[in-house]
Amino acid sequence: MHPILAAKSQEKLLLLGNEAIVRGALEGGVRVGAAYPGTPSSEIGNLLFQLQQVLPGLYFEFSTNEKVAMEVAAAAAASGQRSLTCMKHVGLNVAADALMTLAYIGIKAGMVIVTADDPSCHSSQNEQDNRYYARLSGLPMLEPANPQEALEMTSYAFELSEKLELPVLLRTTTRVSHARAVVKVGELASYEGIGKGKFEKDPKRWVPVPAVARVRHQVLLEKMREALVLADGSQWNRLFGKGSKGIIVSGVAVNYVLDAIEEFGLEDQIAILTLGFTHPYPAGLLADFLKEKEAVLIVEELEPYLEEASRVVAQERGLKVSIFGKATGHLPRALEFTPGLVKEAIAKAFGINYTPPQIPDLSWLPELPPRPPTLCPGCPHRETYQVVKEVFEELGELSRTIFPTDIGCYTLGLLPPIQMADYLICMGSSVGSAGGFSKATDQRVVSFIGDSTFFHAGLSSLASAVYNKHRFTLVIMDNETTAMTGHQPVPSQELRPPELKDRPYIDIEAVVKALGVKKVVTINPYKKEEAKAAIRPLLEADELSVIISKAPCILYRARVAKK
Amino acid sequence: MERFRILAVGVGGQGILLFSRVLGEVALCANIPVAMSEVHGMAQRGGVVETNIVLGKIRSPLISEGEVDILVGLEPVETLRALPRTQKDTVIISSTDPVIPQIVKDGLATYPELEGPFQKLKETYSRVYLFPGEKMAQEAGTKRALNIVVLGALAGTGLLPFSKEDFLQAIKKLVKPKFLEANLKAFEAGFAITAF
Repeated sequence: MHPILAAKSQEKLLLLGNEAIVRGALEGGVRVGAAYPGTPSSEIGNLLFQLQQVLPGLYFEFSTNEKVAMEVAAAAAASGQRSLTCMKHVGLNVAADALMTLAYIGIKAGMVIVTADDPSCHSSQNEQDNRYYARLSGLPMLEPANPQEALEMTSYAFELSEKLELPVLLRTTTRVSHARAVVKVGELASYEGIGKGKFEKDPKRWVPVPAVARVRHQVLLEKMREALVLADGSQWNRLFGKGSKGIIVSGVAVNYVLDAIEEFGLEDQIAILTLGFTHPYPAGLLADFLKEKEAVLIVEELEPYLEEASRVVAQERGLKVSIFGKATGHLPRALEFTPGLVKEAIAKAFGINYTPPQIPDLSWLPELPPRPPTLCPGCPHRETYQVVKEVFEELGELSRTIFPTDIGCYTLGLLPPIQMADYLICMGSSVGSAGGFSKATDQRVVSFIGDSTFFHAGLSSLASAVYNKHRFTLVIMDNETTAMTGHQPVPSQELRPPELKDRPYIDIEAVVKALGVKKVVTINPYKKEEAKAAIRPLLEADELSVIISKAPCILYRARVAKK
Repeated sequence: MERFRILAVGVGGQGILLFSRVLGEVALCANIPVAMSEVHGMAQRGGVVETNIVLGKIRSPLISEGEVDILVGLEPVETLRALPRTQKDTVIISSTDPVIPQIVKDGLATYPELEGPFQKLKETYSRVYLFPGEKMAQEAGTKRALNIVVLGALAGTGLLPFSKEDFLQAIKKLVKPKFLEANLKAFEAGFAITAF
C-alpha cells in the first residue's frame, strides 16, 4: 500500500509539503479532485491520480485546464461531495472567471482550492501574489508555513469551507510545497461504502442571473463578516514571546522569523504574531497586537498584503505604532526571502547589532560555465525546431520570421543554438499572439505549442484565427504527454500506461481540420528530409496552416515501456 | 543536540533528490528533527539542482549565504558555484568528476581547469574531501550510484549524529532491490574516503 495511505494516526512520515496536502485532503475525506499540473503544485495531482487507482471512493482527474478543474470540483461540492482542486499561481488566472462567481454561489460540501505560488519564479513566468485573489473574490484563505501545517490546514479547510458554505483557498509557495519535513499524520477518513452525492436544484442559489447575483453578493459579504470572527479566533494565528516590539509574519517566513529571534535571544523583547488564517485578515487580533507596541515589522514575501492591512487597522483605531516593512524599505517586494535577509531586516528595524557570517575570500574562483536547463539529448522538440529552421533558411526568411512560443519544455527553444522563441505571455499565447503579429506586421509568423497546452488554451484561439483569417503557421509539438510537469496524461496520446488504455483518444489533426484549418500536415520530426518536404509548401504559402510534429517525449516513452 | 545545515548541490539527473531523501529518512528513524527544501521542475532538465537540509532544532528549510556547515557536491563546478554560501569552517565533500554542460559542448562557454581551484579549496577550508565519485560508483556497479558514494563520504566523516547502520537501513528502505547491491558497495567506497 502507498505509504500515504498506509500511515496510521500519529505516525511520523517524511513528507513533501504537497504530499502532506494530499494526506490532509484524505483525512478531510476528499471525494473528488481535479487539476491541471503546474510547478510547484504538480505532485498533489500526481499523487491523487495514483491513489484514486487504489482507493475506491476517491475520484481524481487531470482536466484540460485549471478552469475546467475548478468547475468539476465546484459541481462536486455543490452535490455534497468534498472536493479539491490545485494549481500553480498563474493557473488561478485561468480559473479566475470561475472563482469569482463561485464565491457568490458557494458550495454545500467542503471545497479546497490550492494555489501554489512561486516567489523568485523558480519555474514560472511571473511571481504574482495570489493572496490578492482571496481579497478579490472574498474567499477565506489559509497559508501554511511548513508541511505539518499544510496537512492540518488542508483537513481543517474542509470544515471551514462547510461552515461558511464557501470554497477555501489554501495558499502555498515553492518553499512550502517543496519543503520536505517530518509530519505527524492524523486519522484517515473512511472511504468504505460511500455513495454518490446528490445535487438539489435551487436556481435562486446556483444560477447567478443578475437578480440572483445581487442577492448572493450580499450573502458573500455576510459570510465574510462571519469569517472575520473565525480568523480572529483561529488556532492558526498564534502569538509567541512578548515585548514592546513586534513582528507580524506569514507563510514560510514564519520559520525564518522564529529562528532569527531565537538566535538573537530576544524572545522576551520581541513578540511575534504568526498568521495562518490570513483572509479575511484578523483585524481584531491585529489591533490587539499593534496597540501594545511601539514598533512592528511585517515580514511577508511578495506584496505588502498584511502590511497594508496593519496600516488600515492602525489608522482605524488611531494607533501610534510605527509599522516597518516594504513601504519603509526594510524588506523587498520582489523575490523570495532567505533566513539571512529576514535576520538583517529584523536587526535593522529594532537596532540589533548583527554581523552577517563572513564568507571566505573567493577571488580565486574561475569563471564558471552557466548550466541553463536544456532540452534533453534526443528530445523530439530539437528535431522539430531544426526541420523548421532549415526550411526557413532555404527560403531566406529566417531572420524576419517571428516565432511566438508557449509554456512547456519547448520554451527552452529560446536558448542557443535553436533561438526560435521570440514572444510569450502565458498558456496558449502562441496562438493568439501569432494572429496579432500577422495583422500588425508584414513579418512571417510561425508559432510553437505543445499538445497539452494546445488542449489547455489553444482550441478557442485557433477557432478565432480561422474565422478572422489570421496568417501564420502553428506547429503543434505533440510529444504525447505533459512533459515538463512530470508526464501527466493528454487526450491525444496514443502511447499510454495500462491504467489509461480505456480512455477515448482525441486526434489533434481531426480537431484542427474540424476547426476549419485547410492546410494541415503531420510529420515525424526524426525523418528530416521527408518532414521538410511536407512542411515546405505550408511555410511558403504564408497563410493559416498547422503542422503537427508527432514523436513521443523520450523520457515518457522510456517510462511507459517500464510499466 | 547539535544543529547542522547541509547544502547538497549537483546537476539534474545525478540523483540529488534520492540523496536527500535517504538522509532525511536516516534522521527520521533516529528521531532527529529534519527539514529540507528542494527545487523541482524546470531545473531538472540538465540544470543546477540543490537541496537544503537542516538537522536539529532549525525551522527554516532554506540556508542563507555563509550559513552552510557541510557542503556536499555531486559535481565539482557546482561545488565551486555554491562556495559563496559557505564560511571558513564549512566542511566540503565533493566528487571531482565533471558533468560538462550542454552550453560548453555547443562551444558557447568553457569548463574551467580544476586542479588550481581544488588546491585553493584546500587552502581556504580546513576540512575538504575530494574524490572521483562517479568512477567509484562505476566500480561499485553503476555510475548512477554517485549520490550514494557521496552519502557514504558524508557518513564517513562522523560529523552527523547517525551510525553507519542508520544509513544502511535507510538505503535498504529507499533504493530499489535491483540496484541495492551496487548502492551498498558505493556507500562503502564513499565511507572509506572520509572515515578514519
